[in-house]
Amino acid sequence: MRFAVIVFPGSNCDTDLFHAIRDELGEQVDYVDHTETNLAHYDAVLLPGGFSYGDYLRSGAIASFSNIMPAVKGFADSGKPVLGICNGFQVLLEAGLLPGAMKRNEELKFICRPVELIVENNQTIFTSEYQLKEAIQVPVAHAEGNYECNEATLESLQVNNQIVFKYKQNPNGSTADIAGITNEKGNVLGMMPHPERAVDQLLGSADGLRLFQSILKNWREQNAITS
Amino acid sequence: MPLLLEPNTTEVKEKKLYQDMGLTDEEFQLIEQILGRTPNYTETGIFSVMWSEHCSYKKSRPLLKKFPTEGERILQGPGEGAGIVDIGDGQAAVFKIESHNHPSAIEPYQGAATGVGGIIRDVFSMGARPIALLNSLRFGELNDSRTKYLFEEVVAGIAGYGNCVGIPTVGGEIQIDDCYKGNPLVNAMCVGIIDHTDIQVGQAKGIGNTVMYIGSATGRDGIHGATFASEELTDESQEDRPAVQVGDPFMEKLLIEACLEITKSDALVGIQDMGAAGLTSSASEMASKAGTGIEMNLDLVPQREQHMTPYEMMLSESQERMLIVVKKGHEQEMKDIVAKYDLEAVEVGTVIEEKQLRLTYNGEVVADMPVDALAEDAPIYHLPSKEPKDYQINQTMSFNLPKIDNPEELLIKLLQAPTIANKEWVYDQYDYMVQTNTVVSPGSDAAILRIRDTGKALAMTTDCNSRYLHLDPKTGGKIAVAEAARNIICSGGEPLALTDCLNFGNPEKAENFWSMEQATDGMAIASKQLSTPVISGNVSLYNETNGVSVYPTPVVGMVGLVHDLNHITTQHVKQAGDHIYVIGETDLEIGGSEIQKLLTGKYEGKAPVINLEKEKDRQKQLLTAIQTGVIESAHDISEGGLAVALAEKVMTTEHGLDINLSGSQLLELFSETQSRFVVTVKAENLRAFEELVNDANWIGKVTTDGYLDVKWNGEGVIKASVQTLTDYWKGAIPCLLTSKV
Repeated sequence: MRFAVIVFPGSNCDTDLFHAIRDELGEQVDYVDHTETNLAHYDAVLLPGGFSYGDYLRSGAIASFSNIMPAVKGFADSGKPVLGICNGFQVLLEAGLLPGAMKRNEELKFICRPVELIVENNQTIFTSEYQLKEAIQVPVAHAEGNYECNEATLESLQVNNQIVFKYKQNPNGSTADIAGITNEKGNVLGMMPHPERAVDQLLGSADGLRLFQSILKNWREQNAITS
Repeated sequence: MPLLLEPNTTEVKEKKLYQDMGLTDEEFQLIEQILGRTPNYTETGIFSVMWSEHCSYKKSRPLLKKFPTEGERILQGPGEGAGIVDIGDGQAAVFKIESHNHPSAIEPYQGAATGVGGIIRDVFSMGARPIALLNSLRFGELNDSRTKYLFEEVVAGIAGYGNCVGIPTVGGEIQIDDCYKGNPLVNAMCVGIIDHTDIQVGQAKGIGNTVMYIGSATGRDGIHGATFASEELTDESQEDRPAVQVGDPFMEKLLIEACLEITKSDALVGIQDMGAAGLTSSASEMASKAGTGIEMNLDLVPQREQHMTPYEMMLSESQERMLIVVKKGHEQEMKDIVAKYDLEAVEVGTVIEEKQLRLTYNGEVVADMPVDALAEDAPIYHLPSKEPKDYQINQTMSFNLPKIDNPEELLIKLLQAPTIANKEWVYDQYDYMVQTNTVVSPGSDAAILRIRDTGKALAMTTDCNSRYLHLDPKTGGKIAVAEAARNIICSGGEPLALTDCLNFGNPEKAENFWSMEQATDGMAIASKQLSTPVISGNVSLYNETNGVSVYPTPVVGMVGLVHDLNHITTQHVKQAGDHIYVIGETDLEIGGSEIQKLLTGKYEGKAPVINLEKEKDRQKQLLTAIQTGVIESAHDISEGGLAVALAEKVMTTEHGLDINLSGSQLLELFSETQSRFVVTVKAENLRAFEELVNDANWIGKVTTDGYLDVKWNGEGVIKASVQTLTDYWKGAIPCLLTSKV
């Protein structure tokens, strides 16, 4: 399986994602520059954390207009997996690939710490390797992770089972303790916590690795059927 | 229009305008002699920043010469952007610490942020990938709104910059004492990793080569920052806010990636950060080191504002700028590389044979000065020193030791003392995990980062207990080095080398200079004895507010090598049933201690004694024991003594401790006798441990009951729930910051 890690100016978790895929998942991965326009060679697209364009204007806002973004949208429309982590999630919101918006953390401070997430939906291509309601340890590191949406959106997220991860103890004030959501089709996931930082027990947790393994397993199954 | 109508040469001399820039009459005369004429306004400004203490070390250089700077592993000592030490496998660690005290006192967020930015550039300008940031912070008591504001904004500034550039802030220390009230200390350290083959230097070699400018455009911010840093703060210093720069971490991130790619190119000759004294220092230092000169056309310098004068351009300390020297004909290659990062590389000058820094503007030569005179020939001062009368008084003082009857209550108060209290409120705001190498995060003795694909790791720490230096600067200087090494050892690392940030008061006061002499003596002796050469550093003088100096505070940043990931050790106890030992005997040493502050509100008497022979032996034995695998946890005993160290070993775990101690006075529980460690050992390893480590005394066992239970001569003196202790310890700083004054 071949993963693309999109690199925007100011991305800084791109290498962490790269290492998680190559060294821990053991799959192929390339950095793809924001100036590129083609993602045809890839089976999954990953938008990393960081401070794209310095988070100036609004986090993720400028990056959502990058040259690569039409290709990311096309990739998502074709039903292939797109994962945005932290700043990547913010980019997906700004690009309209996921509903809602981000506000600054309730306490107006950057928060970096390991947190517990509850897997709210394990019927997605990103979470099939987890148990439903399983508590997993994955770190957060953000200043703007306070997810916000209107009531109608929240209701549809709930009805369609799009809320994939919730915080066990809400660190940032996000609506309904939301830590990660998918689109309606379930092939685009945005999440504030960093699964790529939880792929090696040496650094405290390997719970994030199963997210990438889920993507891989589902891709293999799909490919086995279609080929 | 220029903001100021620039004075002419005669006015500079006759109105003694050079004095406002920090030059003395004698220095101005010397400049006239060197040039053979009177310098114009621009030249005077350039000399004044290059000859400021911040750039020239003119008052501290004789002291710095005492430091050992060489060793088997040392690849680069002081003099370049940062020092370099070999870590095997063709790799090296690159690191340096630097102060940003005065800017942070005036404009804490930007002062701290740009301090971080500057030290990062020092490291990547050597060709190294920055992998970690640390800091060392000092503030007044957190009981007035200004101090709380400084504290919160400094932390926010460090977080804002470090988090954005994607370099983890993994460790540091915070000391709270009122001597830092008006003049907080903000020292930032950066550690990088490099392959030996990629090491760069800041030299402008090769006549005819091209000088290029990369990064942010030059603005009017930070003009005379280096001069400002070399003066005392006064009530009027707030007016110097324009001398504080504004940071752009996004630009820094682009610069890091662009410069690291540039350093892989054979066309690069030299690279240097435009730090203190900006364009002036980078150009003249690079030329001076290479034995060449530089001619620069200021019309070509990228400018953020209109109508900037040569004076403003040369003295600006706008952030995120680099100067490079490139082989002639390879300019386009550089432009193409940096264009990938949305940056521009601009030709601004040429390397010339004459050893002059020659600047042209609008077709005229506006400054023409010998580079060596700027970079090397600042007058060196051997300042008078005088032992302060308090020193002898402290050495001979016999004070009545207060009798204590409730050690548990004292322990709780110590755990709430902001210097000891949990710093989660602070490091929660730092991204300490990005780059995914942080094995031991903030909160243990040293931070540990793995080195990918090698099975090794680096341990790093910053340390200084300035209270001891206040009582006895020589002993305190030794202790600062020894304590840093202890933290590395406890983490399973072999101390390799250190970087120092010498924060002192006005050196022209003989008592202050005496402290500097003594402190650097102590540090030099300890770094020789413990085989940790000084490979880089920074001097920050004039840390005074309205004439009152901070305590002598020579911060030590140390890096150690963990030879095998299996050696990584933390301070926390691991499992019930393990045996607890104290390595080293305890004397009743209260001078400069946290308990003295708590009980008497001041520091007086003798600093704790340190015997470096004993220190070295114990460190060596403990490291061997750790490497042999017989140690479960290790922690050095520092502020608050054994009682606090025991609490620190067990807080945040689910365990308890059952401790049996004996002695003559309960106060010994809080004594700060040096060269001591608390370790835990599994039952099956007791014999092996006792064979490897001398001076180890069994004091108890790790339990499951969640209580810190201490008996003194057989009688229970502390029985506190670990959860309760943890709550007090964690709650203290948030409580201090939110309480209204």
